[in-house]
Amino acid sequence: MTTDTPAPATSVPEERYLAVQQSEDFAKLRKTLRGFIFPMTVAFFLWYALYVILSAYARGFMDTKVVGHINVALVFGLLQFVSTFLIAWLYSRFAARQVDPLADKIAAELTEKGEAA
Amino acid sequence: MNLTFLAAEAGDSTARTLTITLFLVFVAATLAITVWASRQTKTATDFYAGGRSFSGFQNGMAIGGDYMSAASFLGIAGLIALYGYDGFLYSIGFLVAWLVALLLVAELLRNSGKYTMADVLAFRMRQRPVRTAAAVSTITVSIFYLIAQMVGAGALVALLLGIRPGTTFLGMDADAAKIATIVLVGALMIIYVTVGGMKGTTYVQIVKAFLLMGGAALMTVLVLAKFNFNLSSLLGAASDASGKGEAFLQPGLYYGKEVAGNATQTFYNKVDLFSLGIALVLGTAGLPHILIRFYTVPTARAARRSVLWAIGIIGTFYLFTLALGFGAAALVGGEAISAQNAAGNTAAPQLAEALGVDFFGGDTGGAVLLAVIAAVAFATILAVVAGLTLASSSSLAHDFYANVIKRGETSEKQEVNVARISAFVIGAVSIVLALFAQSLNVAFLVALAFAVAASGNLPAILYSLFWKRFNTAGATWAIYGGLLAAVVLVFFSPVVSGTPTSMFKTADWQWFPLNNPGIISIPFGFLCGWIGTMLSKETDEQKYAELEVRSLTGAGAH
Repeated sequence: MTTDTPAPATSVPEERYLAVQQSEDFAKLRKTLRGFIFPMTVAFFLWYALYVILSAYARGFMDTKVVGHINVALVFGLLQFVSTFLIAWLYSRFAARQVDPLADKIAAELTEKGEAA
Repeated sequence: MNLTFLAAEAGDSTARTLTITLFLVFVAATLAITVWASRQTKTATDFYAGGRSFSGFQNGMAIGGDYMSAASFLGIAGLIALYGYDGFLYSIGFLVAWLVALLLVAELLRNSGKYTMADVLAFRMRQRPVRTAAAVSTITVSIFYLIAQMVGAGALVALLLGIRPGTTFLGMDADAAKIATIVLVGALMIIYVTVGGMKGTTYVQIVKAFLLMGGAALMTVLVLAKFNFNLSSLLGAASDASGKGEAFLQPGLYYGKEVAGNATQTFYNKVDLFSLGIALVLGTAGLPHILIRFYTVPTARAARRSVLWAIGIIGTFYLFTLALGFGAAALVGGEAISAQNAAGNTAAPQLAEALGVDFFGGDTGGAVLLAVIAAVAFATILAVVAGLTLASSSSLAHDFYANVIKRGETSEKQEVNVARISAFVIGAVSIVLALFAQSLNVAFLVALAFAVAASGNLPAILYSLFWKRFNTAGATWAIYGGLLAAVVLVFFSPVVSGTPTSMFKTADWQWFPLNNPGIISIPFGFLCGWIGTMLSKETDEQKYAELEVRSLTGAGAH
């Protein structure tokens, strides 16, 4: 099965899902994915919250000039762009390497068995 | 002095003719695309999801076109031009939000849903209550957003076409032009959606994304060229011209204001900033018109690529607005901007005029660039309202008509016909509401739409996808609880009554101190979802297994 064609909607009998959900492969897929997306979500949310809270409460620090008219607030804001782009890139690399092969394997097994049955 | 006046008038009429010509070209081109798309639209999947035939890149551009509203382009540029740094701070929430969509929502939703947000929410629940709740929330969020966009379009037209008080255009004074614009925008969005469905709407959004990025990029380069590509000297010139000095480059002129001698108000202002920030970040991944875009690609991987492209284009765009806003502050000046529009919404077009005069041969150049940017602004509004109309009519037809009223016993053809009728009805209702609201300050409705999406929709989506125990009661409690909390708190907030800038200036029933309800309503929505779940014994292990396996692997996806 190629990665870009989804399995037809009707090819998996419903009772197969429960067995797959309880399989080791699936547990590993779930753990791998959640092990990345949950901590990363907490991390970027706290990083953003820190930025907003500093903008509200640490104005002296944010107003500090770094070079010319560029101050800490601007650098901090631009770093939010950098971190967003970076996390997006890290996730796409992680998903392609760690998640997609596992997901494809399980999906392929499911649809094959589905078609056989 | 008469000469200057005449020159300005001549410039106005050149710009006006050009704006209208360019706008008509855009409308003609998009209508042609819409008619072409209608020929490709045969099945329900075509109508709701563009046949799932778009590439990740195309969908990423369309997401950009769907998301970057007039509030982003004109609003943020204006906020930066008038209040400096705080406008930039505002834009960052809109970008970071996309990480929620990327990490937690886009792919899983693509794998487990079909046409609407409710497909995922109702997957393992009792269909009728959950789909009813989802339809109510989808239509509420979309209509709030639509009214804000349409009233914004009406307010802009007189300014962009240069209709001054006491003068007329095609026999219309400024007020008549406002009404005509709201009706025209409404009529066009109804045509895009009823005729072109998701395919037509998507192409309109893609074209708009390219126009907007092109226009913003050109202006950014010109602004930077003016300051020898030295960001620091641009900032310096902006802060000098603003009359506020370095404070213009620092947080605090607009959000989280410190009120001397009033510690309570200062406290509320700062909490309000945080409340707005979390609603922006958590709201995006709960906006129905954004969520349905993930169904237009063939696979979860293409949905992932769409979000990556969207993050790229949206992030780049907000970096452009930084240059546009500070450029407008430096080259046009705060006084000239607030004289045109108190909220600064004309900062970007005014900057375009100034840059055109500077770089492209005097007044004619100014008129040309002004016309281009004004036309881009209209295109921006049209693409967003079309997306909103489509999302709400899809939900009305697919969730409410087909699955609640007809209990799933309806043909595809019937359902699509109902979706078309719904688009017409929702469009008509929005036109009427926008006409009633046109003299009110409704800019807060965009932030309210984000707050409702973050408080009601997002908890329901996340619990659905990740929490096994979640059930029908939990889903309806989360959606209604979050929706009501956000709307009720805003109703009693200063944006609706009690202050000179409120929607109702002369009334006062305000008791909630914040403009943004997110800090209360978002936790409340999550809490409601949890309580509702715990109060009900319903669970469906079989269906949860199916949802989980499908969402993570894509097996059995539509």
